[in-house]
Amino acid sequence: MLAKAGHAVTLHERSDQAMRDATSHWAGGMLAPWCEAEVSEPVVSRLGLRALDLWREELPDTPFNGSLVVAHARDRADFERFAKMTSSHTRLDAAGVAEIEPSLEGRFRDGLFYPGEGHVEPRRVLPQLHARITAAGGIIKYNSEQQPKDLDGLVIDCRGLAARDDASTPKLRGVKGEIIIVETDEVQLSRPVRLMHPRWPLYVIPRADNRFMLGATSIEGEDTGVSVRSALELLGAAYAVHPAFAEARILEFGSGLRPAFPDNLPRIAIDKNTIAVNGLYRHGFLLAPALAELTLNYVQRGEIDNEVMQCK
Amino acid sequence: MVSFYGKEFKSRLLIGSALYPSPAIMQDAIRASGAGIVTVSLRRESAGGKTGDAFWSLIRELDVTVLPNTAGCRSVREAVTTAKLARELFGTSWIKLEVIADNDTLQPDVVGLVEAADILIKNGFEVFPYCTEDLSVAMRLVDAGCKVVMPWAAPIGSARGIINADALKLMRDRLPDITLVVDAGLGAPSHAAEALELGYDAVLLNTAVAKAADPVAMANAFRLAVEAGRIGFEAGLMGARDFASPSTPVIGTPFWHAVS
Repeated sequence: MLAKAGHAVTLHERSDQAMRDATSHWAGGMLAPWCEAEVSEPVVSRLGLRALDLWREELPDTPFNGSLVVAHARDRADFERFAKMTSSHTRLDAAGVAEIEPSLEGRFRDGLFYPGEGHVEPRRVLPQLHARITAAGGIIKYNSEQQPKDLDGLVIDCRGLAARDDASTPKLRGVKGEIIIVETDEVQLSRPVRLMHPRWPLYVIPRADNRFMLGATSIEGEDTGVSVRSALELLGAAYAVHPAFAEARILEFGSGLRPAFPDNLPRIAIDKNTIAVNGLYRHGFLLAPALAELTLNYVQRGEIDNEVMQCK
Repeated sequence: MVSFYGKEFKSRLLIGSALYPSPAIMQDAIRASGAGIVTVSLRRESAGGKTGDAFWSLIRELDVTVLPNTAGCRSVREAVTTAKLARELFGTSWIKLEVIADNDTLQPDVVGLVEAADILIKNGFEVFPYCTEDLSVAMRLVDAGCKVVMPWAAPIGSARGIINADALKLMRDRLPDITLVVDAGLGAPSHAAEALELGYDAVLLNTAVAKAADPVAMANAFRLAVEAGRIGFEAGLMGARDFASPSTPVIGTPFWHAVS
């Protein structure tokens, strides 16, 4: 956005082009502002809705097929609570679920369909975005770990947890998310399926080449790797969505740390020539375009969004 | 004031730290609840007890007494190990002891519970056992050295309220010197008030607040309900009767009103 607006942009990325060290490598890429409203403040929905529009503009060829929420019969109470606390959904009966996801025929008595939602595949969409930055005249430097104070010009600091030691990001913490990627051609899904879980939102997200991402846990801790407990829960969720997942091949286990402030809300902290954008928590892909736009509006016109921005 | 192992607390509400939408809301809700004791789970929130320092520092900021628990433990050995880990991590000999028998109901394994309580007390712990409403189990726990006993109202997270009030009443009558806490299954402030009206010293809850649409307001509602329930108990509740009993004398009432 900044490069398109005519600014000379250099992007410093700590890892290589594949960005395996980045949290986004392990992200689900869910664009689900309505579902997230269950546990998020209204500002997440506001920014998420704007970001959805921006994603649609940026990726006109990517189908956004909505998302489907289902529950195991025993989690019925959680399902009803979820329906009550979220909006813009349609209730589906068993036939309705089977109509939009034929693979799930006979599996669930009812579901909640959020037609406005979507998802992107982070590992595919990031290279596309990189190409656009370059096409707009921006420069990307990989394997370039920089401190904001060592850079000239206006610095936009999006380092996530790596920015924790700075005075501008007090109380930033890591919230661990674990995922599993499996492969099977026995299940076809056209949209992410969310399964009610008492603690975490668990999704089965279809990806290209018969792959599915199962994620993600949300654990207050900063260790790495995937625990057996989490693996059981994630694989159990997939199996509950469809027993054919029992025969799927496990391709990857992975985990990332989501940068979060105590209120789990994003912040744009402005301090002279440094703008720190951080705390996207589990809404990285959902909120990033909206936060980029707010940053651009500030840089171009000095516009302040009081809900998200803090000026020194 | 209510006493737990010689430590006095003003609030009769103990609250959990799991399942909140954010740590900031957790902090606000705990403050609104007025609770002086906060339970923290080693297993539920973190794999292997390596919960982040950042999260713990948010709990420490609350200036409350931390009661670690062994939530999710399925065996005596696991519970004992988790308790020892918690003692090291939090520097407290207090432990809320859970040994779970069954995944569907999260029903306590009462046999394992008594065994684990016995081991932990011999190891210098002060144990807060989570048990069913079964009096015989509570008596075994007391025999093992527990000064606090915490029977459930209903299965964890079920929000059903007290499903066996008679058994809880019996336990209160038979264990007058033990600090009794109704733990688990409370869904509404009125459930908490009922527990206090039964003479229970305190209640412990988590999900009903954390999963409310507005956790901070719900925490406040539970605080008021607990206070109301206790005041009601101390004021002396009238006994239930089978028939109406007039609060105004009927003598002098015109007979056509008295018989209508």
